[in-house]
Amino acid sequence: MSMVTFEHVVKKFGNNTILDDISLTINKGEVVVVVGPSGSGKSTFLRCINALETIQGGDIRVGKLSVRGKPAEVRELRREAGMVFQQFNLFPQLTALENVMFGPIHARGMSNRQAREKAIALLEKVGLAERMDHYPGELSGGQQQRVAIARALAVNPLLMLFDEPTSALDPELRHEVLKVMKDLAEEGMTMIVVTHEMDFARKVGSRLIFIDQGKIAHDGPPSELLSNPPSQRLKDFLQHVV
Amino acid sequence: MDFDLSVVWDALPSLWKGTLVTIKITFWGLFGGALLGALAGVIRTYVPGWFSIDIIRQRPLSGILLPLVSMLAQGYILIVRGTPIVVQVMFIYFALPLMVDVRVDGMSAAIATLIINSGAYIAEIVRGALQSVPKGLFEAGQSMGLPFYKILLRIIGPIAFRRMIPALGNQCIISLKDSSLFIVIGVAELTRQGQEIMASNFRAVEIWGAVAVIYLILTGLIALILKTMERRMRIL
Repeated sequence: MSMVTFEHVVKKFGNNTILDDISLTINKGEVVVVVGPSGSGKSTFLRCINALETIQGGDIRVGKLSVRGKPAEVRELRREAGMVFQQFNLFPQLTALENVMFGPIHARGMSNRQAREKAIALLEKVGLAERMDHYPGELSGGQQQRVAIARALAVNPLLMLFDEPTSALDPELRHEVLKVMKDLAEEGMTMIVVTHEMDFARKVGSRLIFIDQGKIAHDGPPSELLSNPPSQRLKDFLQHVV
Repeated sequence: MDFDLSVVWDALPSLWKGTLVTIKITFWGLFGGALLGALAGVIRTYVPGWFSIDIIRQRPLSGILLPLVSMLAQGYILIVRGTPIVVQVMFIYFALPLMVDVRVDGMSAAIATLIINSGAYIAEIVRGALQSVPKGLFEAGQSMGLPFYKILLRIIGPIAFRRMIPALGNQCIISLKDSSLFIVIGVAELTRQGQEIMASNFRAVEIWGAVAVIYLILTGLIALILKTMERRMRIL
């Protein structure tokens, strides 16, 4: 069953074409890892899916919902596509628990008590139940990112988008975030992950997309593409990353 | 020269009346100014002040209407910040009745002027604070599927408000002191009362000293309230 569909998507910033006629389908349960050189458009690719960036041509659909739909349709689409940011973007005036409760209450209309139960369960899942009354400023980067993952999950999305979730973290904090993501993938969550973590791509990813100059240069199983890069461009890129 | 405390004592009842008028003008002026300023500030922050062919093509009505609203807000701020408050109140009190047939009493003219005047400055304070909140927090709200007003009220607003407090305190104090300029339209506020007593007894030292101390107490109170507010909230 297709979860995300790109149809001839064109994204421009002014006269700069960032995504150039991209078409593809992502199915339920896939863990898609998106890699590419900086400036290749991989973050933009992800941000177009939940309409944080508007596209100039073509269409993107999540399920039946289109990013070009009316505002209410776009909001519905965003509730189905949870987003995790490079800079966490937790709400600094709220505790970890309140951050996770926020979406269920304000985006899903859940009661306070239900939202609280759900949030506690999710914070337990990411291993932070005992820190739930701390403010984001009192948590480490890895902990903040795990709260952010719980916050995104709390809205009950069909798929999760990760925009370089470990890039702002110290190397020794990355594994705790990657572990949570791996667990999520094993539960069957559909995930699209922009990252430089080739190890994650190989072990957890079910599909690797290499974006270069606004086009999808390669699209296939991670193990094959990584151990046997079909182009010089990918070979060069992998040498620089690893 | 001799300082006669009994002069101050005798003047206190009228000065107190003037103080109440000053407080009333300042309170309602700032209350209205805060509402007007919040509205204009939000418009200036989030509504583009230019026409975009792309947007007009997608949504013709809001594509044309919204930039017009933004230009209106911009014009308002430009005019109010660019003219002295004395001219503004004279305009409302003396010129407006001649242009359109509305007769306003001094009190209403004073409050209206202060609303319009402080609103323009508060709009810029609001805009500055809203723009200082990291864009990622707005996106975090968007990606949960929240509508704009919820993002503004629940996420950006509370953070921006904390950042506004020092500048708002400034504006409250400035507006309180600016209300003394309404002496030019004869409103019986504190400075006007002082002047009238002065005109009858010529005790400049005692009267202006007392008036200054009353202003100092009022502004001190504002500073104290804001300081307490700031201490109770964590600045983020």
